[in-house]
Amino acid sequence: MAEILFREAIKRGLAEALDNDPNVFIMGEDIGEYGGAYAVTDGFLKQYGPKRVIDTPISEAAFLGAGIGAAAGGLRPIVEFMSISFSLVAFDQIVNMAANLRYMSGGQISVPMLMRAPTGAGVQLGATHSQSFETWLADVPGMRCVCPSTPYDALGLIRTALKENNPVMFAEPALLYAMRGEVPDEYYEVPFGSANIQRAGDDVTLVSYGAGMRVLAAAADELAAKGVSAEVIDLRSLNPVDYDTLLTSIEKTNRALLLDTSRRKGGAMAEIASDLHERAMEWLDGPVVRIGAEDVPWPYNRGLEQEVYPQSSDVLAGLQKHYGI
Amino acid sequence: MASRTKATSGKSGKTSKSGDQAASNGTGTSTGYSKDQLLEMYRQMYLIRQFEVACGENYARGLIRGFLHLYIGQEATGVGTIAPLNDDDYIVTHYRDHGHAIARGLDVNRSMAELFGRKTGLSKGKGGSMHLFDAAKKFMGGHAIVGGQLPLALGLAFSQKYLDTKGVTVCYFGDGSTNQGLYHETLNLAAVWKVPMLFVLENNGYGMGSAVERVRAGSPDFYTDVEKYGIEAAVVDGMDVIAVREATEQAVKRLRAGDGPLFIEAKTFRYVGHSYADGQKYRGSEEIDEWRKRDPVEVYPQMLVKRDIATQKEIDDLKAAVDEEVVAAVKFAEESPQPDPDELFDDIYA
Repeated sequence: MAEILFREAIKRGLAEALDNDPNVFIMGEDIGEYGGAYAVTDGFLKQYGPKRVIDTPISEAAFLGAGIGAAAGGLRPIVEFMSISFSLVAFDQIVNMAANLRYMSGGQISVPMLMRAPTGAGVQLGATHSQSFETWLADVPGMRCVCPSTPYDALGLIRTALKENNPVMFAEPALLYAMRGEVPDEYYEVPFGSANIQRAGDDVTLVSYGAGMRVLAAAADELAAKGVSAEVIDLRSLNPVDYDTLLTSIEKTNRALLLDTSRRKGGAMAEIASDLHERAMEWLDGPVVRIGAEDVPWPYNRGLEQEVYPQSSDVLAGLQKHYGI
Repeated sequence: MASRTKATSGKSGKTSKSGDQAASNGTGTSTGYSKDQLLEMYRQMYLIRQFEVACGENYARGLIRGFLHLYIGQEATGVGTIAPLNDDDYIVTHYRDHGHAIARGLDVNRSMAELFGRKTGLSKGKGGSMHLFDAAKKFMGGHAIVGGQLPLALGLAFSQKYLDTKGVTVCYFGDGSTNQGLYHETLNLAAVWKVPMLFVLENNGYGMGSAVERVRAGSPDFYTDVEKYGIEAAVVDGMDVIAVREATEQAVKRLRAGDGPLFIEAKTFRYVGHSYADGQKYRGSEEIDEWRKRDPVEVYPQMLVKRDIATQKEIDDLKAAVDEEVVAAVKFAEESPQPDPDELFDDIYA
């Protein structure tokens, strides 16, 4: 068991795929000569050569679309967006083409393509570089959407993603690239659709994913100091969602809070909260509480950005208001 | 004689200057093709025409719904560009896709059944007119976001180069799609990557109801766009199936040699509206009548008879056989079952 950085875990998963399958290749903006905006692919060009590590022009729609075609043609492309905000330029290709191809061809065509993208706010990049569009893509049938919160999950999920025969959006919280965590030497995978109980508890179920887990970890500590035992669950996978784990926990705790680090309005948790109200109402002592970023574009200023970004104090205030704990 | 094909100069010479043996509709003296090849091209064009007429009739009957874009008038372009292809070659096209599907030899019954939305359709009734697919024939779809198919074809061509299959990818797109950013992006990347991709611009003069000259700055020609990418281009009379085939054969030969992408602009025309619902208020009948004088489905068989390549009886017999085939396809589609509701959740994930 070794401690490695979040970005190193992703890099290890990518390197394994490149080592094991000659039909795996990786492309994106400045991933080769430059080494990647977040240094995930640093050294790959030298190691694997320009046939398999491809620097693209700044043409997200075209190179993502080319990834779809390459996947349909029998390859396993890994396509990197420099930011998930930039994936908007390629959304037509992701949604209309990658996700729909299989269905509209009656199952004739598969798109085994991994899309990777840094996501999330918190590093003062302003409105156009701080968004979290995994919350939109999680809605789209025909593709998968996952987001790790630890180096262990990053490696486990990316291994699964690289075996998946459908398009996958693998969202990488930009705040977590330098996070350290233990990763076993022996091989393991983290399956899609399996939430992880990061911390067991009895009094309240706290749910988030990605960078939101740091907020929940702090909140759980603060709750423990108040004598409240929180069960902290990392969704890990936004499509599919592991409802079984959520429902089992809520049946035990009778209280639930969902946190998005992206805008609360319309976030990934809105759909889940609605489902939980339908499916867990008999166990709930109050409404499923939702915490998320304010309904504004992301500001640049540090103080303003932190005002918008959800904090552990927001979690505690929400629980106090709706459950009196 | 010279064909109507002409080439623009690119990085390394000319693309598609036709040989002396070439013949254009009704004016040449000989062709480089056998009688079987010449008749087969006619059979395909006539089949496309009759298939499309039957589609219109069954749209009027309410048995085909959604948007229906007919290929009537453009048959020579589809047939001439697909004739030179091998089984290993990919075809990617736009939503006006019936003609390419038929020229590629997709099952006519299953194609019609797809338009009828039936279980026996190519996509089990989930795709419809704009989304015909047959992966076994490397027919990778009709695509209905204008220009959205360009990078798909780029990626397929990339895979052919990566896997060294010697195959090529032919991508059809209309004049309307040249106004999308993907047109530039795909041309650029195809040239940078030197993939075996043939861009076939079917310039029928209109993006839906917008005439090219109303929405395009500069020259109404498109083939001149691509020189700056280092991509060689040819312009060809899209109503002349032989000229189209010759230009494509030369291009495909070069693509297989690994020379990188090439571009053909076929000047063509649809006599019918953009879709079945289009009343064509944006253009006059004179223009349609003028193009109809060169209708390949009419002019080409007259040329074959006039030049003693085929007898009128052979043409008539061929037409009768196609007419029966289309009637049978409609019957097959109409008698096919509707998809079961429980198939709704199939084919979403691999």
